Amino acid sequence: MNNESVTENKSLLSRTSVGFWLYLMTDCLLFATLFATFAVLRDATAGGPAGRDIYEMPLVLAETLILLTSSFTCGLALIGLATKNKRQVLYGLLATFVLGAAFLFIEVSEFVKLIGEGHGPQASAFLSAFFALVGMHGLHVFVGLLWLSVLALTIWRRGITDKLTRQLTLFGLFWHFLDLIWIFVFTVVYLMGIVK
Amino acid sequence: MNIDWSMLLGRLSLDALPDNIVTIGGAVGGVLGVLFIIGLLTYTRRWKWLWRTWMTSLDPKKIGVMYIAVSGIMLVRGLADVIMMRAQQALFATTADGPITADLFQQVFSAHGTIMIFFVAMGVIFGLINLILPLQIGARDVAFPLLNSISFWLFFAGMALMNVSLALGEFSAAGWLAYPPLSTLEYSPGTGVDYWIWSLQVAGIGSLLSGVNFLVTIFTMRRKGMTMMKMPIFVWTVLGSMLLVVFAFPILTATLGMLTLDRTIGTHFFTSDLGGNPMMYVNLIWAWGHPEVYILVLPAFGVFSEIVPVFSRKRLFGYTSMVWAIMAITVLSFTVWLHHFFTMGAGANVNAFFGIMTMVIAIPTGVKVFNWLFTMFRGRISFKTPMLWFMGFITTFTIGGVTGVLLAVPGIDFQVHNSLFLVAHFHNMIIGGVLFGAFAALAYWWPKFTGFHLHEGLGIAAFWSWLVGFVLAFAPLYILGLMGAVRRLDHYDASLGWQGLFIVAGVGVMFILLGVFFQILQLAYSVWKRKELACDSDPWDGRTLEWSTSTPIAEYNYATLDVVHGRDAFWSFKQSGRKRLSNYTDILVPKNSGFGPIIAIVVFVGSFAVIWHMWWLAAIGLIATILLAILVGMRENVERTITEKQIAVTEKKLWGSEA
Repeated sequence: MNNESVTENKSLLSRTSVGFWLYLMTDCLLFATLFATFAVLRDATAGGPAGRDIYEMPLVLAETLILLTSSFTCGLALIGLATKNKRQVLYGLLATFVLGAAFLFIEVSEFVKLIGEGHGPQASAFLSAFFALVGMHGLHVFVGLLWLSVLALTIWRRGITDKLTRQLTLFGLFWHFLDLIWIFVFTVVYLMGIVK
Repeated sequence: MNIDWSMLLGRLSLDALPDNIVTIGGAVGGVLGVLFIIGLLTYTRRWKWLWRTWMTSLDPKKIGVMYIAVSGIMLVRGLADVIMMRAQQALFATTADGPITADLFQQVFSAHGTIMIFFVAMGVIFGLINLILPLQIGARDVAFPLLNSISFWLFFAGMALMNVSLALGEFSAAGWLAYPPLSTLEYSPGTGVDYWIWSLQVAGIGSLLSGVNFLVTIFTMRRKGMTMMKMPIFVWTVLGSMLLVVFAFPILTATLGMLTLDRTIGTHFFTSDLGGNPMMYVNLIWAWGHPEVYILVLPAFGVFSEIVPVFSRKRLFGYTSMVWAIMAITVLSFTVWLHHFFTMGAGANVNAFFGIMTMVIAIPTGVKVFNWLFTMFRGRISFKTPMLWFMGFITTFTIGGVTGVLLAVPGIDFQVHNSLFLVAHFHNMIIGGVLFGAFAALAYWWPKFTGFHLHEGLGIAAFWSWLVGFVLAFAPLYILGLMGAVRRLDHYDASLGWQGLFIVAGVGVMFILLGVFFQILQLAYSVWKRKELACDSDPWDGRTLEWSTSTPIAEYNYATLDVVHGRDAFWSFKQSGRKRLSNYTDILVPKNSGFGPIIAIVVFVGSFAVIWHMWWLAAIGLIATILLAILVGMRENVERTITEKQIAVTEKKLWGSEA
């Protein structure tokens, strides 16, 4: 093929990954804004409960471990991608999906419980900020699960193509990014919330 | 039978139709305008043509033209708002009643600010970047062509939402930045603020995607040999501007998101009860808003940095210092946001810090002004219209800069805060900077894309009308501001003696309108006389790569990709007497895609549903958006090949007499 693409000077992979890194940075700033909001509003409890009164730390620890493990299984899937091992990719993605869904299940049931106890996002500015920050992370995990399902189904049907390799690599970046954000959520929202 | 329509239509009912004579006029005018365009397209059977050659095109040259066309129409709408405001203030404000009620006046100034910043200034800047950036870096396209089209169509959907508020419901009456608590549900229960939120949110996400796209384009698509320090200054300013976009717009997205939550599900981020903090909103919105000013003005600086050397027939003075100045402004623009609210009570030391930073940012800007002046020094200057706009810019912008440094002193700011002095200052920057920059760019690059000049005499007439109108419209505002006239004023007491100055300002608006009239006439006349005004592909003896293409420009921009040596790449090609290459190879270009317009429709309907609380429709919109995103990801065969032979034929035809 003697085709000279419009995009010859850098490969498509490198362009999409530069673009995706930039997107992740904008997402980082979205979270930064919500973190700043949380930091400003964390003591604005309006007579309602503060963080230490409502956090269930054992569950939060479980969530953390589950999400970290899902990053590991996602890494296994990516290794399978490098070696073109379709089974490993699919099992890795399946494990990632199950763990991500478990994380989301715990988070949502915690939210439902809080709302049931009258500690919903409408109760105080602190709770608004808490639900917004943790919920935004959860929303990202949900989008990640959707993306993962589409990718896994396509790989299952069509095998590992160049395009899917590209997209799965980007998904890997996204998933690890969510892990990183969660570590900050765990620290800033939960750990710093129960001290003092 | 009594049907409960609210399940289906949410808040929307017949009460949403306008009832005031002015709003009815606006709505009827808007609807008739849209119907006229639809009728014209149907009558001339242009729908298929419009869809194939424009709406689904992924060619940045066409997307750029669409941006600028939308901006031009929105400029007229924004000016209509100005006429209402100034007419009210000049003629009716001292009497008890005018045609414009207080509430409507508030909607008008909110719409004016929102339209002019988001749908005129942003549109024209993104349009210019689309047209010029790929050409100047010697590329054939942007990094992500489909994303580029989606960005434009999100911008379009935001614009459409904002204008639907003319006919259905109301627009925000809370100012162009919608400060809470005024913008919370308690004080603005109507749909106005929701229209404002969603038109900005949708257009803002489009801008964010564009920011990523253009940054990747600059980083990975430059012609071989064009290192960073060999890029044209316009490209550098776009780099600075787009860095600001990707850093600042997420803050806007999050802030608008929180305001939405406050208004729809009843959270307490910015409310005045249950621990909410309205002052946090003011901080967040300006942490985006101040960089936004530079997002707009940096590319305008870039335009002038291209024009001044060409019309002075000299190399740009101080290229390196220009680059450093651009990057310094980019960084510093994130350190000054608090100067928009010195009076909020952050304390003397905080105010002092932000006051000093604001003055510091004047230094790199001053560097640029002197660089342009030194470029002109001992140059052979020809005062064509682009250069006239530059002269107008440098004068008004410097005056605006001086008043800006005045405002940067917290002590002075306490006196003139919220007054017409401030209004005059920022119009000096935005009209004198961004708008004059856009007009200069239009006159400068027009012949490159069309093959004929804009009529010079009408251009000169437009320039002088704008300049005189600008001075008449805003010099009185400085004086009025010092006399104590606050902004957003629909009535004042006759004994204050302000009416004379308001009448002068109104006359200034008339002159500006005359300028716009000349511009429209200039476009029409130049198209009509295009044979007489025809020019070759390099009419100004240009210095940068875009002038090395044929006119009209082929859809692949460049048939061959010569290696670039030196800064003024085309100038050095010409100096070395280099011939055009003809070693063509096949080129892949993106196929058209309907995703952009379809996504715009879905997002428009979904946002409209949220504004009116039609939750079932909003849910459908959300699901459709997710499905569309999945479909975009699964696209195959997105490019088509233009063969070597076709290129040879096209090139021969395009170069024609210049061969």
